[in-house]
Amino acid sequence: MYEKNGEKYFVVDSHLHFWDASPDNWVKGQEQYAKGWIECFHAYMGLGPADTHWPIEKFMKYSEEDFVHDVFEEGHVDAGVFQSTYLKEWYTDGFNTAERNARMAEKYPDKLIVNGRFDPREGEAGLKQLEEDAKRYNLKGVKVYTAEWYKGSRGWKLSDPEAQMFLDKCKELGIKNIHAHKGPTIWPLDKDAFDVKDIDVAATSNPELNFIVEHVGLPRIEDFCFMATQEPNVYAGLAVVIGGLMHARPRFFNKVMGELLFWVGEDKMLFSSDYGIWEPKWQVEGFIDWSMPDTEEYSDYPHPTTVTKKKIMGLNAAKLYDIEVPAELQLQNGGTPAAKDDAQLVESA
Amino acid sequence: MRRERVIDALAEVYDPELDEPITGLGFVTSCEVSGDGDVEVVLRLPTPQCAPNFAFLMAADARRVLRGLPGVREVTVMLEDHYTGEEINAAIGRGEGFAGAFPGETADDDLASLRELFQRKALVARQSRLCEALLAGGETPEEITRRRAAELPDGRDGRRCLELRRELGLDDGPEAPAFILPDGEPLAAAELRRWMRTARLVRMSLEVNGGICRSLLRVHRGVEIDDPEEVAFR
Repeated sequence: MYEKNGEKYFVVDSHLHFWDASPDNWVKGQEQYAKGWIECFHAYMGLGPADTHWPIEKFMKYSEEDFVHDVFEEGHVDAGVFQSTYLKEWYTDGFNTAERNARMAEKYPDKLIVNGRFDPREGEAGLKQLEEDAKRYNLKGVKVYTAEWYKGSRGWKLSDPEAQMFLDKCKELGIKNIHAHKGPTIWPLDKDAFDVKDIDVAATSNPELNFIVEHVGLPRIEDFCFMATQEPNVYAGLAVVIGGLMHARPRFFNKVMGELLFWVGEDKMLFSSDYGIWEPKWQVEGFIDWSMPDTEEYSDYPHPTTVTKKKIMGLNAAKLYDIEVPAELQLQNGGTPAAKDDAQLVESA
Repeated sequence: MRRERVIDALAEVYDPELDEPITGLGFVTSCEVSGDGDVEVVLRLPTPQCAPNFAFLMAADARRVLRGLPGVREVTVMLEDHYTGEEINAAIGRGEGFAGAFPGETADDDLASLRELFQRKALVARQSRLCEALLAGGETPEEITRRRAAELPDGRDGRRCLELRRELGLDDGPEAPAFILPDGEPLAAAELRRWMRTARLVRMSLEVNGGICRSLLRVHRGVEIDDPEEVAFR
């Protein structure tokens, strides 16, 4: 919970990692890829405030104490969702697997939710694994990397018929949140890896599932917005938007948030720190302090209210993950929807 | 062959995703010209993981532009510290297309559709910037959409609009409309404000991506380039 100026915010961080990218975990012969991946992540950390940067050694493998300190004690986070990333071609025990995340989550059961993963290229074995994972971790969500390499294939699409089999399995297992990673440029990438069209197709065919596009589809935010505005079950994960822009490029941050509020709307945006890329503390505090400047340049954008921020900071994600929100942190009077004029403009655009 | 002439030529090579010259983005790390006219250029992108398709286009375009310069003999363009650099450099050196770099993994040898998609985005973005300035200057939508191509505001955006139209095969003659839709049809006055909504988003996307590239270039590569937008680290 974060309190500022008498307002209390329930904070759900919908994108957390607990990875091991230390050299001991690099696959022999694949060291340059393992090293390249984590160094690129580390560069992104450099876009946050200087006093939040870590040395690369710590960044490669941070401890449970670091996590608890940065996320819960200092970071104001009430509940968080682990997004699992395997990358077993480069990291012997995986980069950030559900097993590793679950070991942490078991110790903080009221605070941490573990998301699984699937890859339709794994076929029957993958379906079986998903079933087992769903039981073991009580999965409500999965994270998919459509750009991941697998046995010579450089990626897949959520609109592939094989992927639909997995989405059907998700419904059967009670998994309702599908987080899709669509950028930014992180290795390895398929040649069309940023394209969000497959989410459009999958979201339309699977209205009972929610599709959360991580990093709001950056660097194709325009395609994401045009798509999300038409799909009621598509959400914007704000990782990279807050971490990568709020400090480094505040003008761009205003504009990106303005466009997202306009096209996607405050009910479908989720705070995500992407820890350990960035610590949540400065992101939560900065976001609550942020306001759309009252100048001509931004006059056309929706201006966020306290209600907007409460929804984005945690209430939207709490709804998706059935996280119980203490009564005093819920919206009074149910809140107000986004401005009607804007909604009409979007519909007619 | 003077080095300045080579650098000038490289300024005509655009990052297709950002629609900015590679020289302004700080992607050219070295440029050597021998007495005999052999040219060797090294390119480096913000991260080793930047998308291989765009990386390939920039390297191939650089080679093509330099080979077209009078007085140039051998041209070598090398992409350094990129995860597919070996494949791309070898294909470029052999004068092959994208499929030559990644045989069996793509049927798209010239990446023409990818390039075209981003040229269209770039044209929308440039036009949006011009229209916004004209509106701010007090022109009405009717006046703006009545303008002819010859009356595009002078400057980088206007010139680039015409270049992009030529590359896309759209009419860029002086009497053609100044502001057009993707199919080449004129933008109607009544549609201008609604069009601006979407165009502004496209433009912002390109600008933000350019901003992130510059930030990563600084953080990851230690390259300091002119970057008025990034305020936090000054």
